[in-house]
Amino acid sequence: MKLFNNPALSGVIALVSGTLFGLGLVISGMTDTTKVIGFLNLFGQWDASLMFVMAAALAITVPAFHFISKRANPLLEDRFCLPQNPNIDARLLIGAVLFGIGWGLYGFCPGPAIVSLSSFNNDTLIFVATMLVGMAVAERLSRDKSH
Amino acid sequence: MPESFIYACLGGLLIGLASIMLLALTGKVAGISGIFWRAIQNIPDAKHRDYNWRWLFLTGLIIGPLLAYQVLGFAQPAASEAGPILAAIAGLCVGFGSRLGNGCTSGHGICGIGRLSIRSMTATITFMASGIITVFISQQIL
Repeated sequence: MKLFNNPALSGVIALVSGTLFGLGLVISGMTDTTKVIGFLNLFGQWDASLMFVMAAALAITVPAFHFISKRANPLLEDRFCLPQNPNIDARLLIGAVLFGIGWGLYGFCPGPAIVSLSSFNNDTLIFVATMLVGMAVAERLSRDKSH
Repeated sequence: MPESFIYACLGGLLIGLASIMLLALTGKVAGISGIFWRAIQNIPDAKHRDYNWRWLFLTGLIIGPLLAYQVLGFAQPAASEAGPILAAIAGLCVGFGSRLGNGCTSGHGICGIGRLSIRSMTATITFMASGIITVFISQQIL
């Protein structure tokens, strides 16, 4: 069985990675909307703990990515799939502002919302469904602009 | 209080590990908004070799926590009481914003900054500020 460019093996890795990621989100408290809003409540009763989620993640990803970036390709595939656009444009900034508004209003970002689908809470389903709609609209708008 | 910080670090380490694993082995960015959107967008293209990994990642994303709750007895966080209208508005904003900005907290905040991308740093600072201001305003209104 070849290991390189093997979709089944890459699939298993994606499954394991997703599982670790989901567990990380749960353990960290990122799936707790009250905690997230508490973290964003910088000017009120500030719960600083979620700051350490990003700090801890970056503490290992920054050095690890540094070494990974020296390679021509990942260990098991022939190329990296990395974003290529280095520009800081209006789309990026407006997108980030809107994302922040949504995040601040409810306390969910995409990962935690998807994780929370397993609770079959109606509001979570609504969030994920409208998130999908929002994504589709943005994608459609982007496509129209590029013509 | 210190317990919160420990769990935050532990969770962050797991998220970082998952991201490192995905990038080092398969060359993919663990940006949830992108993974989710492209998984669905590419449904018509299901035969493409590169297609399935996103669905497998999303499966893990849901199954891992589910097992943690049901089998390992992890406590589930209390559901938000903000209601369906706010959920819908927030969902639209998060979805639209993440596609327009080409990333979210994981894509920009962890993987992007992990790669020392100025673009991602800018996006992250911007959505953090936006989130903080949004909470500030809603706290005043409530």
